[in-house]
Amino acid sequence: MDIFDLIGPIMVGPSSSHTAGAVRIGYVARKIFREEPKKAEIILHGSFAATGRGHGTDRALVAGLLGMHPDDSRIPDSFEIAQERGLDFSFESRELRGAHPNTAKIKLIADDGRELEISAASVGGGRIEVRELAGMPMHFTADKPTLIISNNDKPGSIAKVSEVLSREKINIATFNVNRSSRGGRAIMVIECDSIVSPETLQHIADSPEILSVAFVDPD
Amino acid sequence: MSFLSVKEMISGAQEAGLPLWEYIMVSSAEEAGISTEKSWEMMAMRLQAMKDADAGYNPALRSRSGLVGGDGGRMLNYARSGKSISGDFMGEVISAALRMGECNACMHRILAAPTAGACGVLPATLLSYAKKFDTSDDEIIRAMYVSAGFGTVIAERASIAGAEAGCQAEVGSASAMAAASLVYLHGGDEQQMAHACAIALKNMLGLVCDPVAGLVEVPCVKRNAAGAVNALAASDMAMAGISSRIPADEVIDAMAAVGETMPASLRETGNGGVAASPTGIKFREEYFGK
Repeated sequence: MDIFDLIGPIMVGPSSSHTAGAVRIGYVARKIFREEPKKAEIILHGSFAATGRGHGTDRALVAGLLGMHPDDSRIPDSFEIAQERGLDFSFESRELRGAHPNTAKIKLIADDGRELEISAASVGGGRIEVRELAGMPMHFTADKPTLIISNNDKPGSIAKVSEVLSREKINIATFNVNRSSRGGRAIMVIECDSIVSPETLQHIADSPEILSVAFVDPD
Repeated sequence: MSFLSVKEMISGAQEAGLPLWEYIMVSSAEEAGISTEKSWEMMAMRLQAMKDADAGYNPALRSRSGLVGGDGGRMLNYARSGKSISGDFMGEVISAALRMGECNACMHRILAAPTAGACGVLPATLLSYAKKFDTSDDEIIRAMYVSAGFGTVIAERASIAGAEAGCQAEVGSASAMAAASLVYLHGGDEQQMAHACAIALKNMLGLVCDPVAGLVEVPCVKRNAAGAVNALAASDMAMAGISSRIPADEVIDAMAAVGETMPASLRETGNGGVAASPTGIKFREEYFGK
């Protein structure tokens, strides 16, 4: 374990799993959505539902959706800030079958009606795991620079992405692909060893069959 | 490399010909792939975060459940009245621990050390020590490396999570980390740091994690005061030349073993200990409206 996991993190209390982890879930959801949502429908499951209010889990999730990090002292005021910025949010407590005890399922809706559903768990010490994205099972932590790419399931689309990354000398740490059905929509999750620049993201987005490119930086 | 034992950590520093704090800084920076300058800068930021959190304390604040708030201020007034049983310095330490615990419960920005629930122990001891002995920031940062070194061994061999091993792993670990670094600040040697760590942790063995209504409030905030005072006692014993009959590594292993035998009700579920007391249950029902 790193010494800064012992002396740290710097975070808004009271709980690394129920507060810091919740901010991170909201933040990662926003990053994958690629813009500030207009609306967020949030389902809290398990311990998030049971003790979430007392831990500020609700405010923490909204803070993350607004782009805040776990050490942002505005987290307690996130509801008011969301109102000012026109982010409409709702909460519901519900049992999600088979989900980790600290799970939030979030549906984000943009101005133009575009929707994204993401389910993530806070697994301890402020670390999180994305478990489901756009209806597909997932398993990534977003604590490394992570690319989330949506594409049409056609031959060559993976090669295109890896070609761009290799040209930019970005080393791939892990690579996972999920698809809804053969020839349907697929999602690539690529953990990288370094930050991916906006230009590189644009190059990937310009490739044929690529529908969207999101990037989550570790901080 | 990560430190797997206190013994190896201390002998490693001796072989490298470095003071313990520096050995911890150098090896952890190497492991993380960062420069020692960057590491120092990160630690300095953390010291500043502790100071900022303490400076931002407001006795009027209450937690969202309403169970916690104001006690740090109450304790400080009392300590400064000159009438406290434990004396001015210990009164200040108790107040500082309560203040930080309340900051955390009231959603202020704090430094988890090693966890958010136990965030009061390290600042209460180190910042109060610095005030009393006029210690420089650089020296406090070095002491924080000592804390971190002992903390990593505890995390590797046992746990720092209440859900895994009870409060002995949270406030207990924080107290052991603080005790070792107080010995450093007071000019003790590495063996004395290890003894202080061992004594502090032994005194906290078996401490359960029993948060009322599952919130990091009752009894968590006041336990930070216990952890801080225990760290003072352990470090003073070590400085007096008193040794722990059981070596630090074996105490840490014992803590892990005790944690393993602890029932789930006493590991952060809010179903045992004072959380299951009639008043604890009443608070939970009032809060959740059951």
